[in-house]
Amino acid sequence: MSGRDLSYAAVMARKNDIMKASLGIDYNEYIQSPIAFDYERMMRDTGYSMEDILRIQQETKVGNTPLYELRRLTEAVRRISPPGKGATILLKDEAANASGSFKARRASISAYEALQKGYKGMIAATSGNYGAAVASQAAQRGLKSIIVQEVYDSSGVGQPEIIEKGRACEAYGAEVLKLTVGPELFYMLLRTLEETGFFNASLYTPFGIRGVESLGYEIALQVRQRYHRDPDAVVITHAGGGNLTGTARGLHTAGCTHTRIVACSVDLSGLHMASDHDFNRKSFTTGHTGFGVPFATWPDRVDVPRNAARSMRYMDEYQLVTQGEVFYVTELLTKLEGIERGPAGNTSLTAAITLARQMDQDQIVVVQETEYTGAGKHHNSQLSFARQNGIEVRRGDPKDNIPGKTIVIPERLEQVWGKVQDMQRLRISYLKNAAKLVPPEQWSEQDIEFLAADIKESPTWVRQQLPELQAA
Amino acid sequence: MSKIPKGTWVEIEEVILRPEERATTLPEDTRQTPYVMRVSGFLLHDAELGQRVHIRTIIGRELSGTLRTVNPSYQHSFGDTVPELLTIGTEEEA
Repeated sequence: MSGRDLSYAAVMARKNDIMKASLGIDYNEYIQSPIAFDYERMMRDTGYSMEDILRIQQETKVGNTPLYELRRLTEAVRRISPPGKGATILLKDEAANASGSFKARRASISAYEALQKGYKGMIAATSGNYGAAVASQAAQRGLKSIIVQEVYDSSGVGQPEIIEKGRACEAYGAEVLKLTVGPELFYMLLRTLEETGFFNASLYTPFGIRGVESLGYEIALQVRQRYHRDPDAVVITHAGGGNLTGTARGLHTAGCTHTRIVACSVDLSGLHMASDHDFNRKSFTTGHTGFGVPFATWPDRVDVPRNAARSMRYMDEYQLVTQGEVFYVTELLTKLEGIERGPAGNTSLTAAITLARQMDQDQIVVVQETEYTGAGKHHNSQLSFARQNGIEVRRGDPKDNIPGKTIVIPERLEQVWGKVQDMQRLRISYLKNAAKLVPPEQWSEQDIEFLAADIKESPTWVRQQLPELQAA
Repeated sequence: MSKIPKGTWVEIEEVILRPEERATTLPEDTRQTPYVMRVSGFLLHDAELGQRVHIRTIIGRELSGTLRTVNPSYQHSFGDTVPELLTIGTEEEA
């Protein structure tokens, strides 16, 4: 143990030095102002081409996953759609990656980079599939791994899904630090990075996001080969933004410039993410609005100085679905398509059903991930746990869902309808967050151009919002 | 209490931050609880439950804390059957 001051304030104050030592990236090279930074140069400077990424991933059992046509589900959607409507639904089976989710892509380049730079191990703070991905990729590169995981409420009870994810990390040989509820997870990450000198396999580094680019790239190539067209829409479960950012960038690299990028999250509005009481009243531990909305409207709230996952740069639409709708669709996937997959990965499938109903039959909507399933990571486990925690579970109209109180599982496919978020409102919310950092009257031309690119709008549009922002 | 021999796979618990040492931005309910860590490893010396001990984790790090569990295991399951799921996707609901 070091003789350093380990108090919360002291460790947080050493953040920048710890980050620099644990990543080998000097973010100051890219930062142009408190708002703007050279995002594209930071991504380019990782030094990997798409060919490099595909090759590195192939070495560790990542990528080249199957793309399935969901025939019976597409037929079911067509039966409830207006004449001529009901796009073909395709599913990218990311559960086929080592460790069972797309997160293997995200961890793979970090593990390769950590090895190249001579680190002995890597650390990630996550309660999600990413922990298992880091552990699995580290194992294959001969590196040690530590996963810092938020697992329990103050009475020592944890969600079955999180318990399973911790088990998977340990199965792949990771040391797992299991913590109670709180944002101090970041403090614990910093402390452990400092103690060990390991590589920071943050979800939000350029390496993490570049690793996901192969997912979008593969989708483009697979759809073209089989259907001789580009996908019309790709639906992406959205939490921290890396899945969406990486996939969209990969689609762009492949030349899919007209493909609609649709984000989707489970609506958990009303539940506090750092609340000990609310912790076990969420039946989804990721892919929900508790991460999705704050990360979309301000990405730079993460464990690295500038976030490489910038979802609003690429997002065309944002759909919300309820927990009950996702559980219903998970069961439907099992019964109609004959594959069991984890519920969190089916969030985007739920939104794809809504989209397919409104799209023409000759169009293609791609669900870009699945995740493994098993004890704990299963919709029956999650619902059973919810019931034990006093949450009402029943069939009915999903509009009656109340996060943390009632889970309503639809009675029919027609009731799977989701809810569209207002993109302009999200963009304005992003600008308001930027205004908290630097008053709008002080924004330079460079700042305005950066902000416009970061929310997929024009500098003119950003300027038009200035009076309202200044008045706020 | 019985002695737990050196080398046993155990779980320890350690208070990382007491309530008054925690981040200032916490919701009221979380602020009243300590920030606690549990971690598993091989016991480095004979000990009894509740004692302060040292362990070696699976990657070889030495950590200390209060001995909490012997042979920590996973008991999570598929849960009690939720009957509401059973008929989804069957002819009954087609």
